[in-house]
Parts: sequence; C-alpha cells; structure tokens
Amino acid sequence: MNKEIPVENPGPLQTFEDNLAKGEFKIQQCKECGQHVFYPRQLCNHCGSSSLKWVEISGRGTVYSTSVVRRKPERGGDYNISLIDLEEGPRMMSRVMDVEPTEVTIGMQVSAHVGLVEEKPAVVFYNKEQGDKEW
Amino acid sequence: MVASIRGSSAVVGVGLTNFHGLPGMNHMEIMAQAVEKAIADAGIHKNEIDGIFSANFVELLTPLTIAEYFGLNPTFMDGTNTGGSVFVNSMQSAAAALHLGLCNVALICYGSNSATGKFTHPPAMRTVEDVYKPRNPISPYALAANRHMHEFGTTKEQLAEVAVSARQWAQLNPAATMRDPLTIEEVVNARMIVDPLGLLDCCLVSDGGAAMIMVRSDRAKDFPKPPVYMLGVGSRTDHNIISAMPDLTVTPAREAAAAAFAMAGVTPADIDVVELYDAFTINTILFLEDMGFCDKGEGGNFVSNGNIAPGGSLPVNTNGGGLSCVHPGMYGMFLMIEAVQQLRGECGDRQVKGAKLAACNGNGGFLASQVTAIFGTEETL
Ligand SMILES: [Zn+2]
Repeated sequence: MNKEIPVENPGPLQTFEDNLAKGEFKIQQCKECGQHVFYPRQLCNHCGSSSLKWVEISGRGTVYSTSVVRRKPERGGDYNISLIDLEEGPRMMSRVMDVEPTEVTIGMQVSAHVGLVEEKPAVVFYNKEQGDKEW
Repeated sequence: MVASIRGSSAVVGVGLTNFHGLPGMNHMEIMAQAVEKAIADAGIHKNEIDGIFSANFVELLTPLTIAEYFGLNPTFMDGTNTGGSVFVNSMQSAAAALHLGLCNVALICYGSNSATGKFTHPPAMRTVEDVYKPRNPISPYALAANRHMHEFGTTKEQLAEVAVSARQWAQLNPAATMRDPLTIEEVVNARMIVDPLGLLDCCLVSDGGAAMIMVRSDRAKDFPKPPVYMLGVGSRTDHNIISAMPDLTVTPAREAAAAAFAMAGVTPADIDVVELYDAFTINTILFLEDMGFCDKGEGGNFVSNGNIAPGGSLPVNTNGGGLSCVHPGMYGMFLMIEAVQQLRGECGDRQVKGAKLAACNGNGGFLASQVTAIFGTEETL
C-alpha cells in the first residue's frame, strides 16, 4: 500500500517521528516570532508563519501535572502520565520513568531521553539524570 | 451592532427515555423513543420538523441518518461534533437558524446504548499523546484535578462533596440510575482509576436518549407547555488534546459563560438552578469557578458542607448529573432538559421552588469545548 510510495517531503509529524527513530528529539522553532512549536505543525500556532526550523533543545523540563494510570500487574502495572513544560516553552505529554508513578510530583525537574514506551520510540523523562543531555 | 438572539427562540418540547433497561436497542432506536416523546410534548406532527441538530460518537453523517430515519426533509442541518457539549452548541446554532428563518421547528436529539451496546468511536486523528497511552477520557481530567489540588489546596474530600451532592439530588429523582446513599468516605476510599480520581469521581456509563424541540418566540405560546426561552449562549474552545490546554485550572467556560451572561443580561447571582457537565467531580468545581459562581480556586470550599446539594445555597445538577443520573457517552442534552423541566416546574421532589433562571454548561472533549446557555421563564424575557 502506501509504504511503497517514497516520501520525498515528509510532513512535520513524520519528520518528528523520523528523528525519534534516529534517537533525536528535535522540535520546531518559528523563524518569524522565535517561539518554539510543539506538537509539530505546518504553521506556527503563535504567529501563523510557515517558516519553521527544526532545532535541538535543552531537554530540561518541569512537571506541570502528573497522574497514575492504575493497571493490573498482569497487564503491566501502574504507569505515570505527566505533562512536562519544556524549558523552551511548549508543554508535552510524557512519562517520568525513573520515579515510582505515585512519587512523581508537580514542579519536579526532569530531562528528556529518547526511549521506548511499550516498544515504540518516544520522548520520556528522567528525574535523576537532570541536566544530562541524554540523546 | 449585530442582532441579538436573546429571547428570540424557545424550547417547546422535551423528551427523555429510560436510562437503563434498554438492551437490544441501537442508538437510533433509543433516540427515536426520545424524539417521539418530545414531539408529543410539543404537540406537533413530525413533518413540521425542518431543522435537525445532532452528533454522536458512533457514526458520521448523523443528520442525514436522522432525516432518513424519521422521514424528514430538513432545510437546515448541523452535525458539528464538539464532544459532549455538542447539544448546547447545537442549541446556539438552532437559535441562530430559527432567528434567521433558515428553519422553523428545530429538533436537537441524541441516543446512545453506551451501557448495553458496543461503544465505539469513529477514527480520530492520531496525536503525539497516543504513544504514552493516557486512559482517555479520565487521564486529562485527573491531570486537571491534580493541578487544581496543587495550586489551590483542593482536597479529595472536596471532590467527594461533588459526588455526594449529585447523589443526594439523584435520590430525589425517580428516573436517576444511582439512588443508594453515598458518603464522602466511600467516594474518597473508592478504587483509584487514574490518580487522583477514583471510581466514584467518574460519571456513569448508561444508556439513554433525549430530544428537544425549539421554535421562534413569536409562536412559542401556540404549544401546550409553557415555553422556556433561550436568553443567552456562549461557545468557546482553546485546545483538543490535554497537553495543548493553556492552563489546566481555567477552562474556556470562563469566556463562554461571560458571553452567555452578557447576552442574557443577568449575572450568576440571579441564577436559580445550575446544570453542569459533571463527567468527573473536578468538572463541577472548575465550571462553578469559571462561570463566576465563586472565585478561581474557591470551588472546593464552595461545594463543601452540602452547599450545592438539596437544601444548599445553590442547586447544582438537580437530576443527579452525569455522576448519578445518566451519562450515555454524551451528556449535553440531559443538562438542558433538566433546566427546561425545572423552569416548567415539572421536577417533583427535586423541584427548585420558583425557579425562573437556569444556567447550563456543556463540556466537550477534554475540558476543551465549553458552551454555556442561560434559559428563563416568560417573566425573564
Ligand atoms: Zn511564529
């Protein structure tokens, strides 16, 4: 099916995922207004410009809110779902991986890492490795 | 200056099905039961309906299905889907379409077999949140509740007050699904689903159908029941996925309600009865704050000590709400119908005596779509 068609100009979301598959966490920054954009978009959601570039970021973030999805142990057990405010401004959903799900707290400093969530490449966050650039 | 639609249309018919005991019926069949009752309530023939407003989570092209099912030939249709708020949003569209003469008799309707049927969602756009497996719709509300607790000191006990108040109203409503006594302790100690929300912080999953007929006000008195007038409406959104919500403690209901109150020319202090979309206990607290019934951050205190329960200072969710009365996937229809029935004085043991003004707030998606509507009796026109 579509898999056979070569993608010459992948869209922003595909580019983001391609970067993730290479172990890179990049987000967009607007050349017009300078603000960072996440999730990946065709137009800047701040000023409407289509001049967006992919940039590396510090990976540092702060837990804005956190919750624990309760799941039976035989189905994988409880897991954390957090909203992380990136130093550059955007907020993203993720999981804090190195702290017990119930022990993740609002305001906790965390840093990004390209890892796997249930075998799919994803940006996750660690508390202990804060400050270290992990990807 | 644009023309105001304040008071330009009115609800003249409503219909509700049972909320349980409907196995073997599909969503259209349940909806049709409600439509039959609304048509009878309004004293009209079905062929008078020329405006159709409906959306649900199980099919696309809903207005077309409805026109076909009931044998109608509408001049105006709106199948916009803003989630569970949609029917209040539809009411705004219906009021505008009626005012402009694009239709003359508007039907807003919904049916669902969420409890006894297979509940499926049509495909949604893939998002960057999917990989983390949030347990939607609960996770976004849990994140909002936790942030509210962090910023304002709101407690699990205060969330529980919302559930207990809803249950006390449900105990006065023979049609409500959950009518057993409920205590704060039972809610606080219920099995955790997504922290900090436990099982009893979450709404029911029930069956149910609801339908409403609206006409222009110039002919609203030609129908058997006392008309309930649309005095104000406001609709706002600022996100879809929860990570795109600017501030998890402030919903777009702040702007939606301000617009609705401004159109109606009344303030929260004038309102006799309030119907809010309580999919989760945190909702009631957020919407009371955002609509101006109390200050931001004061919602937890406001709902405490039975203040929104029967006998409290502000009657909220008088049918028992989504938490204890009915929640078939989308609840927005049901809060408007409860408001209409309160203003008609039809609510029996749960009737708010002398209610003349009602405020409704529909919630859609993950605190994303907020639509406030103000209804009033004839003397409030
Ligand atoms: Zn920009």
